[in-house]
Amino acid sequence: MNKQKLRILARTLALELAGYGLLVAAYAAFVAPRLEKPLAQLFNNDNLIVYAFAGLGLIVVQGLILDAVTSFLVSQLHLDRLSPADKEN
Amino acid sequence: MEFVIAGVTISPLLLAGIGFLVGILGGFFGVGGGFIGGPLMYWAGVPMNFVVGTDLAHMTGKSIIATRRHRAMGHVDIKVGLLMVISSIVGVEIGARMIEMLKEVGSVDVVVGVTYIAIQVAVSLFTAWESIRALRIKSAGGTAAKDAVGFQSFTKRIHSIKLPPVISLPVSGIESISLWVVLGVGLFTGILSGLLGIGGGFVRMPLLIYVMGIPTHVAVGTDLFEIIISAGFGTITHALKGNVDISMALMMQIGAAFGAQMGAVATRFFSGPRIRLAFSALPLIGAIMVITRLLSG
Repeated sequence: MNKQKLRILARTLALELAGYGLLVAAYAAFVAPRLEKPLAQLFNNDNLIVYAFAGLGLIVVQGLILDAVTSFLVSQLHLDRLSPADKEN
Repeated sequence: MEFVIAGVTISPLLLAGIGFLVGILGGFFGVGGGFIGGPLMYWAGVPMNFVVGTDLAHMTGKSIIATRRHRAMGHVDIKVGLLMVISSIVGVEIGARMIEMLKEVGSVDVVVGVTYIAIQVAVSLFTAWESIRALRIKSAGGTAAKDAVGFQSFTKRIHSIKLPPVISLPVSGIESISLWVVLGVGLFTGILSGLLGIGGGFVRMPLLIYVMGIPTHVAVGTDLFEIIISAGFGTITHALKGNVDISMALMMQIGAAFGAQMGAVATRFFSGPRIRLAFSALPLIGAIMVITRLLSG
């Protein structure tokens, strides 16, 4: 990969990281506190079977949503569109 | 932010940062990253009983994302993953029983610690030696660069074992291999997981490449696929014992998601031998951590 392309890639990556950082901050501020209470209720009520499966379900669902979001961000980095010559052989 | 379940207050951004770091490692090397994620969580203030279970929960989510990315690039052999899961489960049970036997003798820590160090150092040295050899073969122009392997004679000998049933693995480019080899690799990794309490990615990745002859990129993706199942199972069992803080795992997953994507995409820009050479440093980190723990009592 030539230096110019590398510089563009690094700049785009920094921008994407900053954008993603904002999304993470928004999640921490608005979504995480809303999930905390119902999960803690399940946990403290000794309803561990429901807690375990609900937890795994949340992880899977969030994983699929994040996959879509991060795939979009990665496509914005144009990594998928670099020519084979840019890759190490 | 206060995480009520674990009973601690930790910055969610710190957790997302740890997830991001572990995500990059997982996406690039196909390992769960528990060897580095666990100590970092403990350092951040997560109680020890929540470290393992919560790390497994976030590992499940991260591996889903990395596996999907690898699958889009054609780097996941589902057939191998599913076959190995079956024998891995049996292996984990055997490993767990071996622990119980060692407990009776009263030498669990020493035996497990020394076995762990010996295996990690052996995997590290062998992978480094082989990948340097493969890079030399590659630079001599003898082999297609993408997946030169400096240890092919052993793999060929394994492939020549025709103990029935013999199966083919088209995604991995293997025309025929005994089913017992695939199950044996799964069983061996499972025993180590049960005995040493590790995810097994460290050992499974090299075995997929050198014993089964699976190309490095496919080995990384397939290993991640297997981590989804094993870490998902581990999440359930630990959560039932009350050792998982799901909100914490969800926060880590947010960071890990982007890291896993970056790591997975990065594999496209490195040849198999270079990925393996970089991988060879990882087991040493794990070994150093165990040595430190043993020495500090």
